[in-house]
Amino acid sequence: MSRKLFSVFALVAVMALVLSACGGGAAQSPQVVKETVVVTVEVPAAASTPAPAPVAGGDRLKAILDRGKLICGVHGSFQGFGFVDSAGVWSGFDVDFCRAWAAALFNDANAVEFRGLSAQARFTALQSGEVDVLSRNSTWTVTRDAELGLTFGPVTFYDGQAIMTKTSVTADPAAGLKALEGGSVCVQSGTTTELNLADAFRAAGVTYTPVVFEDQNAAFQAYEEGRCDAITSDRSQLATQGQAVLKNYADHVILNVVMSKEPLAPAVAQGDDKWADVVHWVVYGMIQAEELGITSKNVDDFLKSDDPVVKRLLGTDDSALGAKLGLSNDFVYRVIKLVGNYGEVYDRNLGVFNIARGQNDLWTKGGLLYAPPMR
Amino acid sequence: MNIKAFWRDIRFLQVLAQVVFILLLALVAGFLYANVSANLAARGLTVGYGFMKNPASFDIGESFIPYNASDTYAQALLVGLVNTLFVTVLGILLTTIVGILAGVARLSSNWLIRQFAGAYVGLIRNTPLIIQLMFWYFAVILQLPPVKQAIQLPGPTFLTQRGLFLTMLVPTETFSGWWPSLVVAIISILVIWFAFQNVQQSRGMPLPWWNKLAYILVPALILWIGASLQPVPPLELTVPALNGLNFKGGVRLTPEFVALVFGLVIYTGAFIAEIVRAGIQSVSKGQVEAARSLGLTTGQTTRLIVFPQALRVIIPPLTSQYLNLAKNSSLAIAIGYPDLFSIAGTVFNQTGAAIEIVMIMMISYLCMSLFTSFLMNIYNNRMRLVER
Repeated sequence: MSRKLFSVFALVAVMALVLSACGGGAAQSPQVVKETVVVTVEVPAAASTPAPAPVAGGDRLKAILDRGKLICGVHGSFQGFGFVDSAGVWSGFDVDFCRAWAAALFNDANAVEFRGLSAQARFTALQSGEVDVLSRNSTWTVTRDAELGLTFGPVTFYDGQAIMTKTSVTADPAAGLKALEGGSVCVQSGTTTELNLADAFRAAGVTYTPVVFEDQNAAFQAYEEGRCDAITSDRSQLATQGQAVLKNYADHVILNVVMSKEPLAPAVAQGDDKWADVVHWVVYGMIQAEELGITSKNVDDFLKSDDPVVKRLLGTDDSALGAKLGLSNDFVYRVIKLVGNYGEVYDRNLGVFNIARGQNDLWTKGGLLYAPPMR
Repeated sequence: MNIKAFWRDIRFLQVLAQVVFILLLALVAGFLYANVSANLAARGLTVGYGFMKNPASFDIGESFIPYNASDTYAQALLVGLVNTLFVTVLGILLTTIVGILAGVARLSSNWLIRQFAGAYVGLIRNTPLIIQLMFWYFAVILQLPPVKQAIQLPGPTFLTQRGLFLTMLVPTETFSGWWPSLVVAIISILVIWFAFQNVQQSRGMPLPWWNKLAYILVPALILWIGASLQPVPPLELTVPALNGLNFKGGVRLTPEFVALVFGLVIYTGAFIAEIVRAGIQSVSKGQVEAARSLGLTTGQTTRLIVFPQALRVIIPPLTSQYLNLAKNSSLAIAIGYPDLFSIAGTVFNQTGAAIEIVMIMMISYLCMSLFTSFLMNIYNNRMRLVER
């Protein structure tokens, strides 16, 4: 018996050794390791690994085109942003951007394979190359950008964290966090939300207890059952989920407290600039199209336009913007024709929830959406 | 001729098979390691535990050790580990009681009790634990009345959807000066037990029943003398009472904690019940008949004859049920209890240190399990049949 025990402990010792070996190297000289890593980014390290394995620097776009479809990481149960219904049909704001990239790549908005990802698994799925792009209401932060090895795309939705409570606690949206003194707050784990919640309550000097759930729907359920006095999430999420899930949305009030900036953006794995460019410029093309008044209904009329800006955007002159990105020259036309411009995507998915455009309007209308020149 | 014999030599083949197996294992491990490091390098990611010293900046709902958002990730993970340990230890104690009661009830001569225990085991063993946890949490505990309409049980204990409020003895600041007398009191119980055993053996018959009062009176006296030496009583009774919107005083157990412990205890108890039943049935009927013919009562037969022999069959599978309970506690995240797995998930999401966090979790659960098996093996060796 003691011999058996010994062998088990020996196993632990070996594991600890392995651990310290892989951890120790980096811990001793993190600076040095980071520098060597920067140098090795261009090495096609994974060239010989089989199909689903990560594609090293610069090959992702080619890999997607060869595969014939885009693999897009999305939310699976968030109405308005990423939702799969009982018939298996995907819909939502984030989902439509996946379709837009597919339209630009393949002239087929349905050449997408959607992967529903949890908040916890999403970045790992991207790092490991399981998905080509992540379009899953993810906040762009410096840690994620730098430390997780991601490259974020243009912001598709400017959001901010808010907090919702019951009218029985306070019916006044201007009451502030003080109204929640000593209360408990339901929150989903694996998000920036947990951090902002701690920061906001600490700044306001209000004590509270977080109750953390892995699943947003479980958090909403516990909130509705009365476990928590309030629930916190992005404002868009409180509005859409609140209307979709809560029994009587009128009994709840979203406080006028802005707890954070939450710029939601698509992300790709770092080190693949060509693919990141495609992700960026398709989104910008959709914003530019809205600015020019080009919609999926009238885009064919614009093909005959003499406006040089329109001609460059839709690829009807020989500026060949698409070819520079490794796409077909009419890629914006395809996107607008098959999916629509930014405003159409917004109205289609979020219009039913009565979320005002606000910051998500064009810069010409007082919002923050501004596409760099397409030339 | 010699070479042929060499290939047919069973001893050689046995060694060869082992060498090949080890080589294959090393190859697989090497491949996995190379794959991970190549991919990490391609993504520009580094592996290291430097992040552990950074501030966690998230709050944790319940903690048995001091913690706030400005503490380090290491401290946050420790909070999770302690939360897991607490659930595990309490769960193991309670599930043992539930399991033994249910196991004995399965063999009861009372028809109703027997059927009831059978239904419990059948129902609980055949549904997934996560569904049971969801059920206890969402369908039972969160359906309790809100704080103001709390259900009051004797104690007083209050049941609400915000948790269980218990009346409990809690240590005061003089507790640290008093606990040595607690140790002395426990030792005194052992001393009395040994003394009684000796007397019983020399006389060949047990002492009259009132002698057993010594088990209570002597330790109580020691504790009382110890307490009276302190300026303030080392323990005080805290009673929950409704005060405004919430309860003041008493000990509060959160709904998540109660649901998790309850779910784990009920679930594991059903498996232990079957193990106990099998253990009892493995003791041959002749043993019971022999005990009866010697004039032992039913209680004595169970306690002195059946159970010691049944334990030899019960302990090894019981150990694996304890380990299951510890590992299943990681399902806590589904119902919002901040255990190690839940907090590690948050840390992983904030830092992106997937490999490091998974390693910490694996080693923590592994050490917990090994320690449990270690203790159970000591116990098992003590109970084992001594063979000559």
